[in-house]
Amino acid sequence: MSEVTTAPLAAKDFANDQDIRWCPGCGDYSILKQVQTVLPQVGATLENTVFVSGIGCSSRFPYYMNTYGLHTIHGRATAIASGLKSARPDLNVWIISGDGDSMSIGAGHTIHLFRRNVDVKMLVFNNQIYGLTKGQYSPTSEENKVTKSSPMGSIDHPFNPAALALGSDCSFVSRSMDRDPKHLQEVLKRANAHRGTAFVEIYQNCNIFNDGAFEIFTEKSSKKLQTLFVEHGKPLVFGDNNEFGIKLDGFKPTIVNLTEGASVADLWVHDETDLIKASILVRMFDNPSMEGHMPRPFGVFYVNNRPTYEAMMHNQIATAMAKPGDLDKLIAGKETWTVN
Amino acid sequence: MSATIEKLSDVVIKFAGDSGDGMQLTGGQFTNAAALYGNDLATFPDFPAEIRAPQGTIPGVSGFQLHFSSNEIYTPGDNCDVLVAMNAAALKSNLKNLKKGGIIIVDTNGYDGKNLRLANYPDGVNPLEDGSLDGYKVYKIDVTKLTREALADMAGLGMKEKDRSKNMFVLGFLYWMYNRNIDFTVNFLTEKFGKKPEILESNIRVLKAGYNYGDTTETFMTRYEVPKAKVEAGTYRSIMGNQAVAMGFVAASQKSGLPLFLASYPITPASDILHDLSKYKNFGVRTMQCEDEIASICAAIGAAYGGNLAITTSSGPGIALKGEAIGLAVMMELPLVVVNIQRGGPSTGLPTKTEQADLLQALYGRNGECPMVVISTSTPSDCFEVTIEACRIALQHMVPVMLLSDGYIANGAEPWKFPKASDIAPIEVKFKTKLDEGETKFLPYKRDEKLARPWVTPGTPGLMHRLGGLEKQHETGNVSYDPENHEFMIKMRAAKVEKVADYMPLQKIEVGAEKGKILVLGWGSTYGSIKSTVLDLIEEGYSISHAHVRYMNPLPKNLGEVLKNFEHVIMPEINSGQFIKVVRDKYLVDAKGYNKTQGTPISKTELKEFIKQNYSK
Repeated sequence: MSEVTTAPLAAKDFANDQDIRWCPGCGDYSILKQVQTVLPQVGATLENTVFVSGIGCSSRFPYYMNTYGLHTIHGRATAIASGLKSARPDLNVWIISGDGDSMSIGAGHTIHLFRRNVDVKMLVFNNQIYGLTKGQYSPTSEENKVTKSSPMGSIDHPFNPAALALGSDCSFVSRSMDRDPKHLQEVLKRANAHRGTAFVEIYQNCNIFNDGAFEIFTEKSSKKLQTLFVEHGKPLVFGDNNEFGIKLDGFKPTIVNLTEGASVADLWVHDETDLIKASILVRMFDNPSMEGHMPRPFGVFYVNNRPTYEAMMHNQIATAMAKPGDLDKLIAGKETWTVN
Repeated sequence: MSATIEKLSDVVIKFAGDSGDGMQLTGGQFTNAAALYGNDLATFPDFPAEIRAPQGTIPGVSGFQLHFSSNEIYTPGDNCDVLVAMNAAALKSNLKNLKKGGIIIVDTNGYDGKNLRLANYPDGVNPLEDGSLDGYKVYKIDVTKLTREALADMAGLGMKEKDRSKNMFVLGFLYWMYNRNIDFTVNFLTEKFGKKPEILESNIRVLKAGYNYGDTTETFMTRYEVPKAKVEAGTYRSIMGNQAVAMGFVAASQKSGLPLFLASYPITPASDILHDLSKYKNFGVRTMQCEDEIASICAAIGAAYGGNLAITTSSGPGIALKGEAIGLAVMMELPLVVVNIQRGGPSTGLPTKTEQADLLQALYGRNGECPMVVISTSTPSDCFEVTIEACRIALQHMVPVMLLSDGYIANGAEPWKFPKASDIAPIEVKFKTKLDEGETKFLPYKRDEKLARPWVTPGTPGLMHRLGGLEKQHETGNVSYDPENHEFMIKMRAAKVEKVADYMPLQKIEVGAEKGKILVLGWGSTYGSIKSTVLDLIEEGYSISHAHVRYMNPLPKNLGEVLKNFEHVIMPEINSGQFIKVVRDKYLVDAKGYNKTQGTPISKTELKEFIKQNYSK
């Protein structure tokens, strides 16, 4: 650990000697592996990378990275990372959070991170349950969910994290899953390359308290029909052989069957820069058990290259520093008098 | 026939009016003019929590008390010699604090039926006419009418805009009465309204009209002269507490060579520090107005980890919200200054009034055993030095420091013989950038002679490490649930704070002998009242001394010795007795409290009376 890092780094360089304490079979292992795989590929260094987390199972993450890291308090990783990145724009700052940490106790900071557009990458491991406190419903749990704290079913309506991010003007909104390593790696690379707050919602299986919550999207038997992987400039298609497409009927997305006369030319072509279409896309969030429901979208939904918070902060300072302050003048103020 | 001039050594003026009457500005102008003239002075602004409380009512009264003198003074004065009462409510709520035979200046327009009713005077009763003010010199001036007349030909201004310069009439009149030059305010107005020529002209005209009114109306036969104070030679300025805190941070940033990073959320009475520091971007100051109190301390913690001089500013309710994060900073052992400008509590309490009731919160108000350094400031000018000291301790000892000020200090003003930048001592800061000789592994919680752990910021190759809120293993900083290690670390964090006492000055006696009968022990904003009380009592033959504590945790190493040199210890506090609990607990001293919780400072009169009633010479 003492040697100065020299390129090129490998995934193992980003791992350290700490025992990993997640439950065996937890989706977090995959996410950790994809992050460790991607970082050397994008040229990240150990010393300039910082992982900041709050509290929860996912928030153990920084301990397992051989980079700088902070394991902080519940819900506040976003605020701490905002301060760190504003103070040190040279650093590559990643936030690791869960659905409870980011959408419940820390929701008040999450939305402000999004609107400010601090250049940090925010990975939210969404398992739709409180794991560390052993199984209460979370702000992303579905209605009627029976948990230890909701024996008759949860009466809370869940957040739709991607819609929340878009609604808060997050400049990069995406979704991926623990069980699709290739896709997750691609999304992580896109997030890393984005200048601004990059929100990555990651469906993550908690095999102890909420096993199979995303099975319908992750299992081979149902994945192709239930998911919609979007790519910029490409039409929205899904199904075992991409036989289904989505077209916009006004503002309403409708499913068409390409084998029954519908044309690819009529389909909705994904445009990451289109806020209105992204808003429709993230709202494709219905109950998969319902008849005629829409597939769940994955991928990068929205990208907007607006200026980052810290860049604007330091621009203002640079402008003011063109005439550097004089401490003596500051202390003396405008009016002084002398007593002899 | 010209007025005669009477020499006075001490004058207390209370400006009182509706919160929209501009009394704070009027008082501030007279203050700065008095300061520039060379008087010693102290001020006490007193305003309602509402921006515009119902007009004409007693809750809507805004006041500004100024004490100026040809002697050295330490308080804004208990009772006033002159009461400016712009309306009936202002008179009603302030008359009790006017000295017998004092001067009352009223705007008769503020005493019509409606105003009298709003001030809850019984039907048909007008204090200006019923003889109830016979013991005072009452100057009844129809300020509103005279202001309007002075501006009669300014067709571009509406009646409301004209009336807005009423306060300038009063100010001009007072400048005449105290033989002061109006130039200071003319310059101020020119700078403020330079781009609005009509407003500028109207204000200057009314100011002059007020001055000339005194000069030409033969009703006023006496003018007063308060000569310059005989104070220590040097160059002075007028300073308010929050201004001094802001400048202290800039100075600490320059002297440590670290960028200053303030993350804050607006709260009365601390917001002015945020305002000031936001203007100091030309000193490289980074300010972040966060979404809430918790975010602001968390952002500051992030900035501290990044190697900035990180601070957050707030008041009691905000500090309560920051508690958990302060604990994180204690656990991660990062340098951080948390400023609490105390106000009346609990809950929202009295936002614009003063209190010293957050001391126990500062010392103990966090979960777990969570000691932090607490340092307090006693006067507006003292804030500068104390702020730099708070930064020095945080940076050199790798600890969060709580700086306690209060609303009275924050908004009060006094002359300040300010230092030269070159006379402020540098703050040496060490960053660890590589392994030392013989080190094979980086130990984030290995301690130096101050028990401080090394400050390594991200970006440093080879020293990557993880910090967190979980209990740390000694030296390695790894997560540890080991029972013995936990106890060891609890004691270590306490010892680290205690160690700061080795690097701070011993407790001094402020006035009086080192040994004697009575010691008045204070902290914070009671400084002026205690000092002037003790000075008076010494003169009256009392064996009495004053000590004022700046370092609340750790306490100065010799404080126990100091206490033992006196038979009686009296502790005045603007709370129900907080510091006294600490002192009694730590030193087993039978100290007696003098406590007041009315949102106002302790006055010299009441403290003196308390001591004289309970203690003999």
